[in-house]
Amino acid sequence: MKQSEGTTKISVKDLDLFYGDKQALFNVSLDIQEKKVTALIGPSGCGKSTFLRTLNRMNDLIDGVKINGDIVIENEDIYKSNDVIKLRTKVGMVFQKPNLFPMSIYDNVAYGPRAQGIKSRKELNKIVEESLRGAAIWDEVKDRLKSSALGLSGGQQQRVCIARAIAMKPEVILMDEPTSALDPISTLKVEELIAQLKKDYTIVIVTHNMQQAARVSDKTAFFLSGEIIEYDVTNSVFSNPKDQRTEDYVTGRFG
Amino acid sequence: MRGLLWFSAFITVAILVLIVGYIFYKGFPLINFEFIFGDYSPTGGGGIWPMIVTTVYTIVISLVIATPIGILAAVYLQEYAKQGRLVRTIRFATESLTGIPSIIYGLFGAVFFVTTLKLGMSIIAASLTLTIIVLPVVIRTTEEALKTVPKAYREGSLALGTTKLQTLIKVILPSSMPGILSGIILSMGRIIGESAAIFLTAGTVAAMPASIFSSARTLTVHSYLVTQEAGDIQLAAAIGIVLIIIILILNFSATFISKKLNKADY
Ligand SMILES: Nc1ncnc2c1ncn2[C@@H]1O[C@H](COP(=O)(O)OP(=O)(O)OP(=O)(O)O)[C@@H](O)[C@H]1O
Ligand SMILES: [Mg+2]
Repeated sequence: MKQSEGTTKISVKDLDLFYGDKQALFNVSLDIQEKKVTALIGPSGCGKSTFLRTLNRMNDLIDGVKINGDIVIENEDIYKSNDVIKLRTKVGMVFQKPNLFPMSIYDNVAYGPRAQGIKSRKELNKIVEESLRGAAIWDEVKDRLKSSALGLSGGQQQRVCIARAIAMKPEVILMDEPTSALDPISTLKVEELIAQLKKDYTIVIVTHNMQQAARVSDKTAFFLSGEIIEYDVTNSVFSNPKDQRTEDYVTGRFG
Repeated sequence: MRGLLWFSAFITVAILVLIVGYIFYKGFPLINFEFIFGDYSPTGGGGIWPMIVTTVYTIVISLVIATPIGILAAVYLQEYAKQGRLVRTIRFATESLTGIPSIIYGLFGAVFFVTTLKLGMSIIAASLTLTIIVLPVVIRTTEEALKTVPKAYREGSLALGTTKLQTLIKVILPSSMPGILSGIILSMGRIIGESAAIFLTAGTVAAMPASIFSSARTLTVHSYLVTQEAGDIQLAAAIGIVLIIIILILNFSATFISKKLNKADY
């Protein structure tokens, strides 16, 4: 490797995933680095979301999913331990479409901490403010914390979703095409936010937007039909791909 | 085509106006304080207060029993049970139950609650029978309401490290509240409109019930009997007005409560 490697935060080894009889991931192995942004790219249906959702065990919600292999986050094999709750407080997630609950902005951000048993008004106020500041949305919403979160624009909602995720003080944040439902200006804001967040969090982001992957990520994994074809420093993947299929994809020849 | 649609809508509204108008025209002159709050007098005159009290008793008791059981059953079927043959059978059964004529429930209530459980002809026997009648309604509407909660809410909540139960209580049930409420309102309508089943289980005693174990007469049964026995259409219409007003009050309070429960949801 050309660039100095950081510490490994998540280590995935020989991961296979089946939806019933249908295999969606084949022998996926990769190490995700701490406090870096890792982008997952690849054509539609290649398994990016499926892979992302193995990292916080969201696939457990789907009937008939079978998983082989190991995913180790800080010396703990997350599929061997049964504490899914703890895992999900450590590994937060931001979805493709903003999915704030029909509650006030405040209640949305305080939702996770409250579920963890935090009741003190003072403490919650502090968490809500810090999280909204952390998601660069505090100034826009500070005067309307008590009004419905669904009254915000899509871009604002998505940043409140990020605030809601960081209110749990996670270590890793998973993002599944977080800007695909947003306009260009909101997209830019979220991208700037990602660049800031990586100081404190390990980020894994799925994106269909090549420029976005190039702009925000440190490393990029190229998926094709449930396999990792290439995984390297983002720069190399885009300017000097080793595999022909990667080259075809990043230059827009298919996908 | 537009004309036809307009005509159908017009007919519907016209019939409604006609019925309500007729009832008010006939019954309104009878309505006064004494009529509503006065005790019943078998010799004519007097009020309908005992029937109002009986009606409210049956509504409250049946709903207090049917609502929690219905909601819990729906939550189980929709959120917890493994979707398979058993659940399909239960669903089919509840759906079929909705279609059974109420006289059948009445006969069952008369045999089971009145005789076997020795409750006698009483408000409680009628309320338990009504509970069985409205339970499928509550279950169906609650299930439908739960189904409409976006998957994104569930995932969003679970991804924040909450348990399934927390997600249910904090996100899913509140979001389905309007649907659940409309089920409860439907049930109230069904209870108020019921006569045959109540007739067979609560009897027709036209006096202030001493307790819920007394036999008594609801407004609907009363209205049926005065028409049937005395041919007093005017009195029946006046009772109709009171029924309509009770339904309106109950609907408004149900809507009001749901708004309160969903403060942030506009
Ligand atoms: N719940 C499911 N049940 C069965 N198969 C599924 C399920 N979810 C995804 N799949 C299949 O798994 C494969 C990978 O899907 P996945 O959603 O991970 O792709 P993706 O790379 O995220 O695609 P996109 O870019 O369109 O989001 C696809 O073939 C898809 O049809
Ligand atoms: Mg996807």
